[in-house]
Amino acid sequence: MATLTINGKQQTFNAPDDMPLLWVLRDVLGMTGTKFGCGIAQCGACTVHIDGKAVRSCVLPISAVRDRAVTTIEAVGETPAGAKVQKAWLDLEVIQCGYCQSGQIMSAAALLAATPNPDDSDIDAAMAGNICRCGTYVRVRAAIKQAATGRQS
Amino acid sequence: MTVAAKVSDTVSRRALLSGGLAGGFLLAFHLPVHASSPVVNEPVQPPDVTEGKFAPNAFIRIDDAGHTTLVMPQVEMGQGIYTAVAMILAEELDADFSSIVLEHAPANEKLYANPAFGIQATGGSTSVRAFWKPLRMAGATARAMLVQAASQQWQVEPKSCTAAKGEVIHIESGRKLSYGALAIAANGQTPPKDVTLKDPKDFVLIGKPLKRFDTPGKADGKVVYGIDAMLPGMKFATLAACPVFGGKVDTVDDSAARKIPGVQKVVVLDDLVAVVGDHMWAAKKGLDALVVTWNEGAGARISSKEIWEDIRAASEKDGVVAKSEGDIAKGLATGDRYEAAYELPFLAHATMEPLNATVHFKPDSCEIWTGTQIMARVQSEAAKAAGLPVEKVIVNNHLLGGGFGRKLEPDMVVAAVRIAKQVDGPVKVVWTREEDIQHDIYRPVYRDTIAATLSDGRIVGWKYRVSGSSIMARWFPAAFQKGIDIDAIDGAVDIPYDIPNLHVEYVRAEPPAVPTGFWRGVGPNNNVFAIECFMDELARKAGKDPVAFRRDMLGKNPRLKAALDLVAEKSNWGQPLPARVGRGVCVQPSFASFIATVVEAEVDEQGEVHLRRVTSAVDTGIAVNPDTIKAQLEGGLIFGLTAALYGEITIDKGRVQQSNFHNYRMLRIDQAPKIEVHIIKSGEAPGGIGETGVTASSPALRNAIYAATGVALRRLPIDRSLIAGKKA
Repeated sequence: MATLTINGKQQTFNAPDDMPLLWVLRDVLGMTGTKFGCGIAQCGACTVHIDGKAVRSCVLPISAVRDRAVTTIEAVGETPAGAKVQKAWLDLEVIQCGYCQSGQIMSAAALLAATPNPDDSDIDAAMAGNICRCGTYVRVRAAIKQAATGRQS
Repeated sequence: MTVAAKVSDTVSRRALLSGGLAGGFLLAFHLPVHASSPVVNEPVQPPDVTEGKFAPNAFIRIDDAGHTTLVMPQVEMGQGIYTAVAMILAEELDADFSSIVLEHAPANEKLYANPAFGIQATGGSTSVRAFWKPLRMAGATARAMLVQAASQQWQVEPKSCTAAKGEVIHIESGRKLSYGALAIAANGQTPPKDVTLKDPKDFVLIGKPLKRFDTPGKADGKVVYGIDAMLPGMKFATLAACPVFGGKVDTVDDSAARKIPGVQKVVVLDDLVAVVGDHMWAAKKGLDALVVTWNEGAGARISSKEIWEDIRAASEKDGVVAKSEGDIAKGLATGDRYEAAYELPFLAHATMEPLNATVHFKPDSCEIWTGTQIMARVQSEAAKAAGLPVEKVIVNNHLLGGGFGRKLEPDMVVAAVRIAKQVDGPVKVVWTREEDIQHDIYRPVYRDTIAATLSDGRIVGWKYRVSGSSIMARWFPAAFQKGIDIDAIDGAVDIPYDIPNLHVEYVRAEPPAVPTGFWRGVGPNNNVFAIECFMDELARKAGKDPVAFRRDMLGKNPRLKAALDLVAEKSNWGQPLPARVGRGVCVQPSFASFIATVVEAEVDEQGEVHLRRVTSAVDTGIAVNPDTIKAQLEGGLIFGLTAALYGEITIDKGRVQQSNFHNYRMLRIDQAPKIEVHIIKSGEAPGGIGETGVTASSPALRNAIYAATGVALRRLPIDRSLIAGKKA
């Protein structure tokens, strides 16, 4: 049996040590907000926070998580940065198909928590790992700035 | 539409939409007429629609508590169609927009066929165009029945009543009755034969940038895509199809796979193997541990080199004439003659949500959870695979994590049903990204050749031959008649320029082994690329500015000319730029939207392309939701730029060589340009918008590179080696 702290709650389940966190979340715990996109940390759809930092859960074995805090899209709205990002995302209608957006929001929330006023190069560095096939990048950038400043850019 | 209507024996998507085809092959769209007895056309789902509800047609349900449910005939895959459909229905219904609930339509071709195709399909940027009138009629008819019910109750003339925000109001007395209170009485009303649609100046919803219905649940992880379906006792599977197109399974050694904890079952079918486990991780590890040998078959002899040799040879032969105006022989003998050939590669769709379907197969029924653009076809194909009557198959549709044409194919559901037949209980089958990319149904390779003559700076003759796979011949045979694929030549026959002698031919050239299908932007992607690239080359031959050259030949296209003028102004066309930076323009009337686009890009010494800025001006008729239109263009432009910069699927010995996002690259935020979209106010019927940005951006980028480097690229994706070190 393995135990992880996910969104502030201890979860005990049966899974092998090498199992990526993504599949524990989705298939074992039924937390489907975190998405499978590529399986090789190339697209960012599976992004979650480990101790507040954005990581790709599709290549993160649960043995590497240990007792660190896992936050997913289902609870990121309870963090100040996550709430601001979600609001800006809806204010600017960033989302189209939405499949990558859990990951986009998680990356953006981690960015804002670490860098409250990011410039374009900070945004590029934090968000370039998140592919959006619908091409919402222009609005992702604008929404991060709005979330940071509270003003429409 | 005038272009298509004038030319006999010419078919195009726009003609199809306008119903302009003699003896048209599309089924007429009939709104099911309300009757007090159970209606045969009522959907199977939701099953609870008749009792206690006002259900005047396929799209509107109002219960006696006032809950208004709108049933969505088109699927939501990011394009914002749920909100647009709801706005159109609610506008004429005068519903209370803030309390509307939306529901996916069930599989039901009779009720929910797309009027553009006559089948239940979402694609081709047709949704708003095709449903604009039927949805307005549906809303207005329901409203009239509610007004009739109220006026009977008040014993007043219907004319003396009005409606707003879910209530009927007697104007003189100010009395009000809510739609909920009227639902039962309205159900007994005879629908009026003629209803009056609103004057667009009275629209209260249409034209406003209203918030989307589907996005709040997408911001907090609550939305359920097909891949998120969870059922009690569900197992998880992943599969490997023969890596060579058309190949079969020869031998399978599953001894190692069966030892992996969590692996439950190995399924071996004639063309694929699948491993079923307690979770995707067990299934994936199990699949990796299988030792499979394949009978690769004839497909193993096919590589990209032969495919290109074949299509180049085919494109040199005469094709079937799709359009001929003036005297092409005379036209091509007048002035200076120029020729060029343009080539586009195979492309995968790479929807962010990989292919998947969850299936619960039982001996007497089959239930499916997935996201598809073709509900009824999925149901019938699944029934065939399951060996069950179609009514025993239930398809639960979901929001789609991207479609782009990939989910106009039933193959993923069929494969999942075949696997599920071997599994006890429900199973979720998920493709790995590698399987998704290597077993796509690809945007075909195309080769377009154009010969044109110039005299006094204008085009006199234009002979255009389109060569490529006919997707319609397989997917929708009614749209492949007399050897012409109406999608493949759509943009070629719909050319916006004044050309006195015009000739368009089509050569059907099917690539061996590789399956081909629709890809966002469909036929016009190819046509607009060839036309707009060649226009830039001709402008240079004529010694004219690319905008001025086009503008002079848009005399019959004032909407496009206005878009071109606006984009020239907004993009600072003609203003000086640094060295190695260029602007390129593209104009197109595709999908009944009139768009002009300018891309500004820099080409560095190494030939790497840096996107600086994209500006689009669009007249898409009445803009139902202007914010969605902007979003669709922003995204479509990025989709096209991605393909232009990186997109190519290549085949070696029958196998796709690309496998995941490291070698099938996508544009990322650090490469994305600034994008400005300007919507031109218009009272015309709405045009299509989902695909227009895609078709616009690749030729505009290519023309920007031409301006920056002087190199006229004639094939995509952009070959850096041809533009490295080049300066205009």
